Amino acid sequence: MENNVILKLENISKDFFGNTVLTDINLEIKKGEILGLVGENGAGKSTLMKILFGLPEITETGGYGGKIIFDGKEVNFSSPFEALESGIGMVHQEFSLIPGFTTTENIVLNRESLNKNFLVDIFSERMSTLDREKMKERSEKSIKRLGVELDENMIISEMPVGHKQFTEIAREIERSNTKLLVLDEPTAVLTESEAEILLKTIKKLSTEGISIIFITHRLSEIISVCDTVSVLRDGILVNTVKTEETSKKQITEWMIGRKIDSKSESTDKKEENNQEIIMKIENLWVDMPGEIVHNFSVDVYKGEILGIGGLAGQGKLGIPNGIMGLYKAGGNVTFKNINLDLNNPVASLKKGIAFVSEDRRGIGLLLDEPIDLNIAFTAMQINNDFIVKKFGINWADSKKIKKTAKDYIEKLEIKCISEKQTTRQLSGGNQQKVCLARAFAMKPEMLFVSEPTRGIDVGAKKLVLDTLRKYNREFGTTIVMISSEIEELRTISDRIAIVSEGKISGILPPESDPVEFGELMVGIKDEVKQ
Amino acid sequence: MNKNLKKFLINNAVPIIFIVFSIMAIPVSGFSSDYLIQEMIIRLGRNSFLVLSLLIPIIAGMGLNFGIVLGAMAGQIGLIFITDWQVAGVSGMILAMIISTPIAIILGTLGGLVLNKAKGREMVTSYILGFFINGVYQLIVLYGMGKIIPITNKSILLPRGYGIRNAIDLNNIRRVLDDLIPLKIGNISVPVATFILIALLCLFIIWFRKTKLGQDMRAIGQDMEVARSSGINVEKTRIISIIISTILASYGQIIFLQNIGTMNTYNSHEQIGMFSIAALLIGGASVIKATIPNAFVGIILFHLMFVVSPRAGKELIGQAQIGEYFRVFISYGIIALSLALHSWKELKEKERNRTALRESLQKDGKVES
Amino acid sequence: MKAKFAEFIENAGWPRIIIGLFLLSLFIMTPFVGLRIDNSLTDVIVRFGMNSVLVLSMVPMVQAGTGLNFGLPLGVVAGLIGAVTSIEIGTKGFLGFLTAILIAIPFAAIFGYGYGKLLNKVKGGEMMIATYVGFSSVAFMSILWLILPYKSPDMIWAYGGSGLRTTISVENYWFNVLNDFLKIKIGSHFEIPTGMILFFALMCLIVWLFFRTKTGTAITAVGANQDFARAAGINVDKMRTISVVFSTILAAVGIVVYQQSFGFIQLYLGPFYMAFPTVAAILLGGASVHKATITNVLIGTFLFQGILTMTPSVINNIIQTDMSETIRIIVSNGMILYALTRTVKAKKVKS
Repeated sequence: MENNVILKLENISKDFFGNTVLTDINLEIKKGEILGLVGENGAGKSTLMKILFGLPEITETGGYGGKIIFDGKEVNFSSPFEALESGIGMVHQEFSLIPGFTTTENIVLNRESLNKNFLVDIFSERMSTLDREKMKERSEKSIKRLGVELDENMIISEMPVGHKQFTEIAREIERSNTKLLVLDEPTAVLTESEAEILLKTIKKLSTEGISIIFITHRLSEIISVCDTVSVLRDGILVNTVKTEETSKKQITEWMIGRKIDSKSESTDKKEENNQEIIMKIENLWVDMPGEIVHNFSVDVYKGEILGIGGLAGQGKLGIPNGIMGLYKAGGNVTFKNINLDLNNPVASLKKGIAFVSEDRRGIGLLLDEPIDLNIAFTAMQINNDFIVKKFGINWADSKKIKKTAKDYIEKLEIKCISEKQTTRQLSGGNQQKVCLARAFAMKPEMLFVSEPTRGIDVGAKKLVLDTLRKYNREFGTTIVMISSEIEELRTISDRIAIVSEGKISGILPPESDPVEFGELMVGIKDEVKQ
Repeated sequence: MNKNLKKFLINNAVPIIFIVFSIMAIPVSGFSSDYLIQEMIIRLGRNSFLVLSLLIPIIAGMGLNFGIVLGAMAGQIGLIFITDWQVAGVSGMILAMIISTPIAIILGTLGGLVLNKAKGREMVTSYILGFFINGVYQLIVLYGMGKIIPITNKSILLPRGYGIRNAIDLNNIRRVLDDLIPLKIGNISVPVATFILIALLCLFIIWFRKTKLGQDMRAIGQDMEVARSSGINVEKTRIISIIISTILASYGQIIFLQNIGTMNTYNSHEQIGMFSIAALLIGGASVIKATIPNAFVGIILFHLMFVVSPRAGKELIGQAQIGEYFRVFISYGIIALSLALHSWKELKEKERNRTALRESLQKDGKVES
Repeated sequence: MKAKFAEFIENAGWPRIIIGLFLLSLFIMTPFVGLRIDNSLTDVIVRFGMNSVLVLSMVPMVQAGTGLNFGLPLGVVAGLIGAVTSIEIGTKGFLGFLTAILIAIPFAAIFGYGYGKLLNKVKGGEMMIATYVGFSSVAFMSILWLILPYKSPDMIWAYGGSGLRTTISVENYWFNVLNDFLKIKIGSHFEIPTGMILFFALMCLIVWLFFRTKTGTAITAVGANQDFARAAGINVDKMRTISVVFSTILAAVGIVVYQQSFGFIQLYLGPFYMAFPTVAAILLGGASVHKATITNVLIGTFLFQGILTMTPSVINNIIQTDMSETIRIIVSNGMILYALTRTVKAKKVKS
């Protein structure tokens, strides 16, 4: 085989129903090479990997364009199992291990060594008994190859996180034919020392001839371990270079590198920022799965729009969810100089803090209830609005609910047949407007809005952002908006805080260079003091 | 040490309560020890096979299979036919088992398919499935047999000419297995052949756990999604586990009825699921974990209470009925309690896992102070 | 047109349509097998009225997301306590009926409170546990029926001794007090038990009004989306408990309504399997494990009781065999099975 190329991607492109997510991707990995793959969330990394592994959702949405050549042959896997068969292994972010099994049992899961008996011929292979001796041998060998220390008899559920990660890798390389290993953010859940061992392991594997695609947000890891690095941005492969010829700063620029559009709305800025603190957040931790906040502190000024950005999984979403009592949280949060009772949703709501959740369909809406009830609900339960008292009983005031709902439908241009339509039937953008209307109906002093434009079309996006700004200007409501889209934050916020690894990595004015935001997001810039 | 003892007591709270209860109730009842030992041996022989048939679906994470009544019905259909054809003795029993096997496979497949559509609420679904199939069974046995399905022996038909009688005398096979190898120790007779069969089943279960199929079931029972992503055919494996359980239950019912000697065509199977499950739970099993000792301990404790409590009730309050209701109350109550404890533990476990994760993160220095 | 038809079937569900058509054909066949349609209708209406409040008692719990109330017998035994106590006191007529209900309600409230607390601890496994809570409460009360010191000669065994009879006639007390209130008679074969229907309407009104209060609205939200409710500051457990108490009280009232029409109080293991037909009825009416409305109660009770009443009379006349019990078992459990396997599917699509 010429120059040892193990995997070659030629002009890979993919669109989901006309929405292009990957354009003309060309990539090459040689035997024993470690390729770092970086890019912001939504840049197309995971789609690319899904194509490589032949995930059903790719074929179901019309397949992909271009060619994949693996080990000298063109391949088009129709399921991840075929990819595994051919020798591509994958280690996921979330562990794919059986909790009650031992290390050995997990390493050889569904590839156990077997002893045949007569029943095998009558029924099937599955009637053979397990050859535990051999299984143990195999797992020991695989662990040794990794060069780590793992107890092969330990139960997974009793292991530290790092060991689980190693077990997963051991399983992938135990397959005798594994030639290429894809590691999707393997260090995200590890401690620093564990991550170091992992990086060493990766290097060791590459010297044995296994090629590795290493996906991570930690650029220092890329620099220290990878031979080459490829940067994806908006579905385009921006650059592939040798790591020794580049720097973290350069990679960041490629990752973020959008044309810097002048901030159109800056004229609308308030003349003077008053510096009265409405909410003081100190050492906040939030245990939200996938969005863990470790130690977050920030002051929120009265009347401002504070943007909070950061990459997915870094904890930005955990902040409002923790303060609103939806996930276990700790630390000090004061609102108007009074301590806020965390872990109690009623406490924050009663104080006049409202929240529009990023999980619109999950916790943002009652999908099978009408629009009007969705809008009035929280205000009714918390502020005793929309209530008439008759015979000593609190009745829902259907007239007022209807009127208010109609008002908001008109004001926010919610497209619906009537206020009695169920929210399930609305489009994403209109559902989001209903969520906003419910928050507004609470007449909040402070409003957390989480990913308000996720999954809605461009027109609706603009309307949602305009509405938020208008609400902020008209009623002086303090707004904290959390979003993955920096551009969006820059058009609306007075200040933008960036979260990385569950902590604040800096606060920037919206006019700052996008690259600066990028550097904060991937955690390579020292903390900037406002 | 002290901690271990506490853990042991908590984990075995149910059997311990029953042991204490039995110790108090036995003297009150005034039964002789010979009588009680004989009763327990008979009941072990009668019920073990049925209770053990519950174990395999538990391995596969499908909970307590209330659907073993499906197997019981298959077994009874086999018994109806051998009674009709007048096949007696051990060969009759074997023939009954042969007839019931394909029926049990069909019913087990059906059960497995239905339960695959109701993941996460297998137990309540298998429970209702038992009732539903009972209706179909009635339709076939009460209206079909003698009309559509030929029955030659008029004596097992209802006077109207079709439909099986409410009670069938199983004279042909009564105690044939129990008395195959006669053994008497003192005043106590032991059904050796039955126990040999039960021992074989235990060996089968132990062996089965060591097979690839058994390992796959364990994997599915612990985490269905991970098992699926490793290439195990989850749906098919779950169906197989129900089929095995149903077949074993059909044999179990045949062994049960050869001991009793008469079959209540429309009732014998109904309570089988409930009693077997209650026995297993009393033996210290839970919805996710059950062992062979759990089965035996459970049968002894459950039936000890079953035999003793009516008499104890009579001696204490002068009414046997109280004891009878008491044992009904206990059997249902213990299932409710075990299920509730299991659900509650599951919720707690989830909470604890979250806290543990948080603590480990903080310890790892991911949180600066 | 075709699409609309398909949508209708999708919404109504095949089992419901088949059973509806089956019932319709039974009514059409009635005159041909020598039965009077007005007679049959009267029977259906009376049985509808008898069971309606019991079926209605499912609504609050389903609406709060606690699942189908397989623990119905718990409410029923509370109703039984009320019924036998009212007879012991000796109040007759409508007053007796009212006494039974008034005594039953506090018991139902206490039982329901404990039951609700238990169900909060076992979220996700409610239905199976509820079934066994129902069973064990029936068995426990059986012990009490034996030892409670009731004295009324109408209730204890004629040959003396302690303990209540298995069936107690309410003939001398409050038999048919609701059925006979404002009864409408058309011809000699058609009657409407107006009082019972009115009472059911009153219960429906109470349930309907309840879901229009602040608390009722909160319960709806808890059932529709527990996370939403929690985010809106609702005390989810409290709302669930309230709905369980409400359901249990309705079940207690329901059994007394049933008895005044049936004529007997059935003690001991009588209420054992009461939950299953009741659950089947509301599912037949179009409810799911997550959502139930008063309309579901009306349609479901009518269809279910219709089948139960009409099959013995019509089918028996055709094939000269009583298959009603078998058909009841297949229909009711088939319906529950259908609901249990269907909702999981619907949920999958959502996520």
